[in-house]
Amino acid sequence: MWLSNLLIATVRLLVGATPRWIGCEPADTQRIYFANHSSHIDTIALWSALPPELRSHTRPVAAADYWGTGKLKRYVVLQGLNAVLIDRNRAAPGANPLDPLFEALERGDSLIIFPEGTRQCQPLPGPFKAGLFHLAERYPAVELIPVYLENLHRSMPKGTALPVPILCSVRFGAPLPRIAGEDKQTFLNRARDAVIGAAQ
Amino acid sequence: MNPQDKFNWLIGGIVCLLAVASLIGWILRRRVGEGQSSAVIDNLNARIRAWWVMVAIFSAAFLAGANATLVMFALISFFALREFITLTPTRLGDHRALSVAFFILVPVQYWLIGIDWYALFAIFIPVYAFLLLPALSALSEDAENFLERTAKIQWGIMITIYCISHAPALMLIDIPGYEGQNALLLFYLVLVVQLSDVLQYVFGKLFGKTKIAPVISPSKTVEGFVGGALSATLVGAAMWWITPFTPLQSAGMAFIIVLMGFLGGLSLSAVKRSLGAKDWGSMIEGHGGMMDRMDSISFAAPIFFHLTRYFFEP
Repeated sequence: MWLSNLLIATVRLLVGATPRWIGCEPADTQRIYFANHSSHIDTIALWSALPPELRSHTRPVAAADYWGTGKLKRYVVLQGLNAVLIDRNRAAPGANPLDPLFEALERGDSLIIFPEGTRQCQPLPGPFKAGLFHLAERYPAVELIPVYLENLHRSMPKGTALPVPILCSVRFGAPLPRIAGEDKQTFLNRARDAVIGAAQ
Repeated sequence: MNPQDKFNWLIGGIVCLLAVASLIGWILRRRVGEGQSSAVIDNLNARIRAWWVMVAIFSAAFLAGANATLVMFALISFFALREFITLTPTRLGDHRALSVAFFILVPVQYWLIGIDWYALFAIFIPVYAFLLLPALSALSEDAENFLERTAKIQWGIMITIYCISHAPALMLIDIPGYEGQNALLLFYLVLVVQLSDVLQYVFGKLFGKTKIAPVISPSKTVEGFVGGALSATLVGAAMWWITPFTPLQSAGMAFIIVLMGFLGGLSLSAVKRSLGAKDWGSMIEGHGGMMDRMDSISFAAPIFFHLTRYFFEP
């Protein structure tokens, strides 16, 4: 898709987005990549750091209330990034907002999610929301890969419209092990620590 | 000999030189033996491979003409500034100033060369940019480390945009009897600077004992500098036929280029170290970042430009 290639080329020109496979290797297993979130280019940076053959079935998760509004934004995330849109505000009361994610995982796709739910202004991630826990519980066979996006909070901080070219690296950590019977909060804290661990 | 023939001879010579270098690298690798590794020789071979790529890009831009050469140098400035700013601590309040540096200063500085407007080219960054950028940062109302932040950004812009742009600016100089050949002068500058770096590296590896500035740059030695500088000066003198200089003038110019290149490498090593890094980046395999390859050019280019302009433009 020409739009995907254009997005990737632009992000590489601006921030490099060099992959660093520290705790795992690129592999064709089904995975959920979860990362810290500090800028609008996080998604494309992480996505372009993956080898092309993995990229084609790794789908970023994007907020429907931001990316789903407006024709251009919608076209970019759906056609350019093959994203899964998630309803953060629970607009439809009966529906589980995670349903579209379940659907993608059932089809065998990998996902990219930002469990903080919103962008932070600091280098280290804030508290994680529960979505990652529910996905991990329901799909125990899917590998959970912590990813730390370095420097992107400097390139395009919240409130700015234009990214400044600053070299960023995408650091992939070791798969997060599952611990039987672990409660939600302990799991989420451990997941957040794994992202921080990938930063070092 | 017309300029095109001179260019062909140059490229032919450089390709032969690289072929010899690749052959030597291959022999050294074989002498180490299969399965064993030698960091120095692997790095040497990585450097030689990167040289092939750099020579290919540089020659392609040259053949495509003056505008392509300008675009190539604009991209070099862009990537060099990106490395500089990556290592420099910046704050949210610098965002606007940095956007202006990357997206306005880089293109405008090279556009001024393209339209032959020397007077503005020479003062655009030192006068206009250096006054307006701190003002932009000040408007963001963040006083923390303000002087340090603006000083570092200004140094980055000065080296990566202003100084480097003086290399292609050689095309602005009107030298009687040398019309249409200024691109060769740029080639001469780059050739002498880079050969000097390579020869200092080779002499340093073979004979280096006495370190010049062990804290700042552990690989620079007196033996490496003297051997590299003298031989690069000789090569520069032997290249007089692509310049407007006599052989003696060419030796003098080459010596100044070599000296400035050495000082540039040393000063930017100090900057790099004060920013806490060993390499500027990892863009060029074996060499490090763009700035690791351009540090000598950034000091040599402005001085060579002004000396040539002062003495050879009537």
